[in-house]
Amino acid sequence: MERVTTLAAEIRAPAATNRRMLAAGALIAFGLVDILIFGLFSHKGEASFALSLTGASVTVPTIHAPGYVVYILGAASIAIGIARAMPIRMSPGWRRLAIGLVLLFFVICLLIWSDTGSWTHGIPVNVVTLLQATLAGSIPLILGALAGCMGERAGVINIAIEGQLLLGAFMAAIVASTVGVVWLGLIGGSLAGGLVGLVLAAFAIRFFVDQIILGVVLNLLISGITGFLYDRLMQPNAQTYNSASTFSTLKIPGLGDIPIIGPIFFDSTIFLYITYVAIILVQIGLFSTRWGLRVRAVGEHPTAADTVGINVLGIRYRNLVLGGLLAGIGGAYLTIGSVGTFSKDMSSGLGYIALAAMIFGRWTPLGATAAALLFGFATALGNFLGTITVPISPALLAMAPYAATIVAVAGLVGRVRAPAADGRPYVRA
Amino acid sequence: MTSDPGNQPAGSEQGPIDTVTRSATATSGPPLRDRFRGSGRAVISAITQGSPTVVTILAIFSALVLGALVIAFSDTTVLHAWNSFFAAPGAAISATWDSVAAAYSALFEGAIFNPHTISAAFHGGSVGAIFYPLSQTSAQATPLILTGLAVALAFRAGLFNIGAASQWIGGAIVATYLGFAVSLPLVIHAIVCLIGGFAGGAVIGWLVGALKARTGAHEVIVTIMLNYIMYQVLNLVLGTPTALQLRGQANLISPNIDPNAQLPHVGGPPPQVGVGFLVALAAAAATWWLLERSTVGFEFRTVGANPSAARTAGMSVPRTWVLAMLLAGGLAGLSGAVAIQGTFYSLNFQSFGNYGFSGITVALLGRARPLGVVLAALLFGALQAGSTVMEAATSVPVDITEVLEGLIVLFVAAPPLIRAVYRLRRTEGAGLGGAAKGWNG
Repeated sequence: MERVTTLAAEIRAPAATNRRMLAAGALIAFGLVDILIFGLFSHKGEASFALSLTGASVTVPTIHAPGYVVYILGAASIAIGIARAMPIRMSPGWRRLAIGLVLLFFVICLLIWSDTGSWTHGIPVNVVTLLQATLAGSIPLILGALAGCMGERAGVINIAIEGQLLLGAFMAAIVASTVGVVWLGLIGGSLAGGLVGLVLAAFAIRFFVDQIILGVVLNLLISGITGFLYDRLMQPNAQTYNSASTFSTLKIPGLGDIPIIGPIFFDSTIFLYITYVAIILVQIGLFSTRWGLRVRAVGEHPTAADTVGINVLGIRYRNLVLGGLLAGIGGAYLTIGSVGTFSKDMSSGLGYIALAAMIFGRWTPLGATAAALLFGFATALGNFLGTITVPISPALLAMAPYAATIVAVAGLVGRVRAPAADGRPYVRA
Repeated sequence: MTSDPGNQPAGSEQGPIDTVTRSATATSGPPLRDRFRGSGRAVISAITQGSPTVVTILAIFSALVLGALVIAFSDTTVLHAWNSFFAAPGAAISATWDSVAAAYSALFEGAIFNPHTISAAFHGGSVGAIFYPLSQTSAQATPLILTGLAVALAFRAGLFNIGAASQWIGGAIVATYLGFAVSLPLVIHAIVCLIGGFAGGAVIGWLVGALKARTGAHEVIVTIMLNYIMYQVLNLVLGTPTALQLRGQANLISPNIDPNAQLPHVGGPPPQVGVGFLVALAAAAATWWLLERSTVGFEFRTVGANPSAARTAGMSVPRTWVLAMLLAGGLAGLSGAVAIQGTFYSLNFQSFGNYGFSGITVALLGRARPLGVVLAALLFGALQAGSTVMEAATSVPVDITEVLEGLIVLFVAAPPLIRAVYRLRRTEGAGLGGAAKGWNG
């Protein structure tokens, strides 16, 4: 094991200086795209951004941005890129801020470019709707990524998030349809996710199956079972098995009436509020409680944890099941939280994006949440640009989260390191 | 990650009885009867201790049993019969049996052979019709052999290639484009498309290997992400008339490839074997030679078994990773080319299928050996060929094959579970992949 780590270190070493130049180059490239594409190919006129929903009690005036703002933002991005190339030590916080700013500028330029064009017919871009869609779309991603964090912090790789979401969606739809109570659907979906977590734990811990293989196989199996039962039971008897009602939105009194913030954060289904609670609980739990310290000890050095009397396997089982319960809620959102009906393979890779978000967020709940929101925003933006028929392919935007993850694991945004014992079965010596 | 018994600790697969037998036969010529008894005991010990073959067979059997339960208890008539179980227990059991028997016999008739075609042949029917199911099976198995090899080859070098789907798309895009945009003579055109498909997949595979070698990016994460990126690339090129989209079409579909680029079928009257199947078998043979008989293959296996030892022995680990992923990607790309040139003739999201992920199960069931991959691909090909017939005859959805594939591989991956269920003697031992590795390893 010692040799393997030195080997990896030697391979990574020469990339250290290259990485700085590559990162700077990427930032400058974003600035150039801002100026050359969104600037030179833009249409005359100004873009407008609406900041409140139609019919809101308190309205915020619409912001107007003239086309030349694109050049200013592009120049700022290039300046940030040049600063990044300087051989000075930047703290990770500053580096992340640089990337965040450049990405934000890029998105603003993209929106200005699309709104000054003739595609929107002068209708302002509604920022509130866009962010609402972002948050709603991020719910399964965040809950899935939290499930990933729970498992991997305890040393078990969970690739079966995709399967947990899918089975959660399936069970939620079936239970809510047959019983007729959406809350039971939520519980059913959650339990289904937990069940997948339990199976994963049993095979990984008891039978030492390679966890990556296991996750992929479980996803395949769940895709097969749900697809089979959908065709055989749900579709022919859709009235009984696939006609769940959905949760209605729940506006939080007071907070929900704040302009801009209210409709985005406090006027949604119960799923969003569960997600808030889950993020806080997992973050505090993992990093500020005795339980979290034990979990992280099990994930980093199980032998040492065992020596001081921590039940290594027990913690792994419990974390995988708890994480599965969360991911199952995320799956339930897909059916009873939004569309109501189940369809084949409806998780469509969200579980893998959640996995990516967890890695992007460096195995921390808050980081994973931020990454999931970023991916959710890319999806929402893609859908929005699709509706106004901008002449750029939505496929390009849909690729963005995946490409960003490759860039992240390739170390261009700093080293990404998994818990040391992640993926290794524990056998007491 | 490799499951080569040569890399496992000595005696891990042979039980004590086996060792005794061997030493007995080694001492100058024991009586013939004893030798027979010895080999008989070896067979028995293989069964009772669960050799890989026995575990695989039991895994398939267990999956079929569980699959039967899924089929029966999702059948509404069976469920109704069970509701009145205490009134008529016989009816419930016979309804269950009927449901399962109808499904599995239709599956068998669609995959292996249909007894009716034999009696029909005696009464003036076509003899070729007897072999029709088998030719369907071979056609279904063809892309699976190649994606299975793509996963298996990388496995042996210690890499888990989840990206066969992306490499498949890369190969299919290049092969399709060369198929309709270029005009070449008969045989040459098909070969150029096959080579193009290999290259298209190899580029994607190379990218994965190069990223791992240069930056340490884990190949599992990169391949998962590339799967989705290539899916969107396919979306993009099929939606762009200047790239692959059929002119004047709003649908995402490419033009048909030139007849010269299509892979013909060989061997007698209608039920024939596609040339693609032969290409896949040749690729399997080449992979076997590469892995077992060449220096490069030895390096692959050494790096897969122990990268540190390989490095100490003077092998370049990063170079091996790049080369292994390049070849693996090429094999998956070849699968895309063969599927387009031999079966679909045009690229769209229907032909995209599920070959990449099935390739993983094929490689796992075949224990990452070329021969095993071919056999596993034939089994899954048979399941897929049979399931379409089964769906037509009994309306059991084709998705049951995915359930069976998943269950089989799950059980194969966990020999201790199979040993425990069937009371086989040994209760320990590594399953697939040997020692599990994490993101850091």
